[in-house]
Amino acid sequence: MRLKKNIATSDTGFIFNPTTGDSFTVNPMASEILQHLKQGLTFSEFKNLILQKYDVEANQLENDCEDFLNQLKEANLLEV
Amino acid sequence: MNQKKIVVAVTGLNAIDSPGPGVAVIRAIRDEFKDNVRIIGLSYETLEPGIYMHDIVDKTYQIPYPTAGTQSLLSRLKYIHNIEKINVVIPNFDAELYNFIKIESALRDLGIQSFLPSLEQLESRDKINLSAFGKKHNLLVPDEKVIYSVNDLPSCEEDLNFPLVIKGKFYDAIIAHTLEQAQKAFYKLSAKWGLPIIVQQFLTGTEINIAVLGDGNGNATSIVPMRKLYITDKGKAWAGITLEDENLLAIAKSFTNSTNWKGGCELEIMRTVDNKLYIMEINPRFPAWIYLTAGAGQNQPASLVKMAMGEKLIPFENYTIGKLFIRYAWDLITDVQEFQKISALGEL
Repeated sequence: MRLKKNIATSDTGFIFNPTTGDSFTVNPMASEILQHLKQGLTFSEFKNLILQKYDVEANQLENDCEDFLNQLKEANLLEV
Repeated sequence: MNQKKIVVAVTGLNAIDSPGPGVAVIRAIRDEFKDNVRIIGLSYETLEPGIYMHDIVDKTYQIPYPTAGTQSLLSRLKYIHNIEKINVVIPNFDAELYNFIKIESALRDLGIQSFLPSLEQLESRDKINLSAFGKKHNLLVPDEKVIYSVNDLPSCEEDLNFPLVIKGKFYDAIIAHTLEQAQKAFYKLSAKWGLPIIVQQFLTGTEINIAVLGDGNGNATSIVPMRKLYITDKGKAWAGITLEDENLLAIAKSFTNSTNWKGGCELEIMRTVDNKLYIMEINPRFPAWIYLTAGAGQNQPASLVKMAMGEKLIPFENYTIGKLFIRYAWDLITDVQEFQKISALGEL
C-alpha cells in the first residue's frame, strides 16, 4: 500500500489531498507512519522500525496500524 | 509621460452575503493593471457596498434595471461614455447579460469593447435547457424535466424518484421528499419566478466550481477548479480551495471546445460518491470567488480585459494548487452625503 503521489503531508501531521480538497490532521505517531509510507516502506518494514523505537506490544501495534491504514483508505489517500 | 489609463466599467458591486462578482473582478483587474486603470462602477441599488469603496471603484453611475430594456441601458451608457471614455465593460449579473449582448455591437461602435457569449450560447446553457445541452455536447448533467403544470409532478416522480430538486426558472431550489412537498415547492417557486419549473434528479456529493475563461474559438484560456469548503445557508461558498484534478480540467476543456464559449463562466459540478462529475449548472459570467483565480496565478478578469482589447493570449498552463480564499464581512463607514449623492444624482 502506498500513499497517493500527490498527497501533501507535513511534519505537523497535516494531510492535504489536492484532488478532492480534503484535509486532515493526525497525531505525531500517525504522522511518523505517514512519513514511512511516503518513503515507500512496506507494512512490516515500518512496523519493525516502530517496534525498535517504541515500547509497544507487536499485536497492539499491528491492530493500530491496520486501523490507521483503513482510515487512510476510506479517506481515499492510498493508491488503489 | 504617463501611460493612458484603461477605463473599465463593471457591474455587480453588491458585495453582500450572497455577493455579486463585481468587487472581486475589480480587485483582480487592479492587481494586474495597477495605476493604469480607472474603474467605473455600474450599480442598480444605492446600497451596493462597492459604490462606497473608493479605493476599489473610482466613480459609480447608476444604470437602469434590466427590465427597462436595451434602449434605456444604451442611452445611459452613452451618457457615461461621453464623460468617462470607457474602453471595456464587464457585466456580472445573469439577468443583465441579455441586454448587454443585444447592445454589444452598438457599444463597439461607440468604442466600448466587451467579451461576451452569443445570445445562442447564453440561452443554450440556461437551466431550462440543461438536459438538451448535456445531450448535445456529450456532457454529464442530472436527469431533469421542465414542467408548466403541477399536474406533471407525478410523472416526474415516476421517472426521477424522490427526493427531487424543484428549481425556479431563475433562482432558488427546494428539495422535496414527497409529492406534497413537491407541489408546495412548485407553487412557491412559480409564484416567485414564474414558469416553467425545473424538476431535477437529486444528487449528493462534493460541490466543486470551475471558473473558465473561453476565447470564443473553442479554447479555454484559463481553467481554475475550486472546492467549496464552507457553504452559507444560501449555498454560496464562503471559503474554497483550488484543486488538482485532470478530470475537472478535461470537463471544462470539453465544454469550451464544444460550445466555443466566449467570456467568463462558472461550471457548477457535483462529484458523486462513484466519482462521476455532473454539470449541475452553468453560470454565464464570472463567479463571486473569481479573485481566487488571480491569487492562484491565472488572473481571469485581467485576461478578459486584454482579450476584449484585442490581445491574443496564450492559454494558462499552471495554477497554484491548494490556494484558499476565505470571504469576510467588513463594516464600511461612510457619510450620509455619499448616500445622498448616489440616491439623488445617480452618480458618486
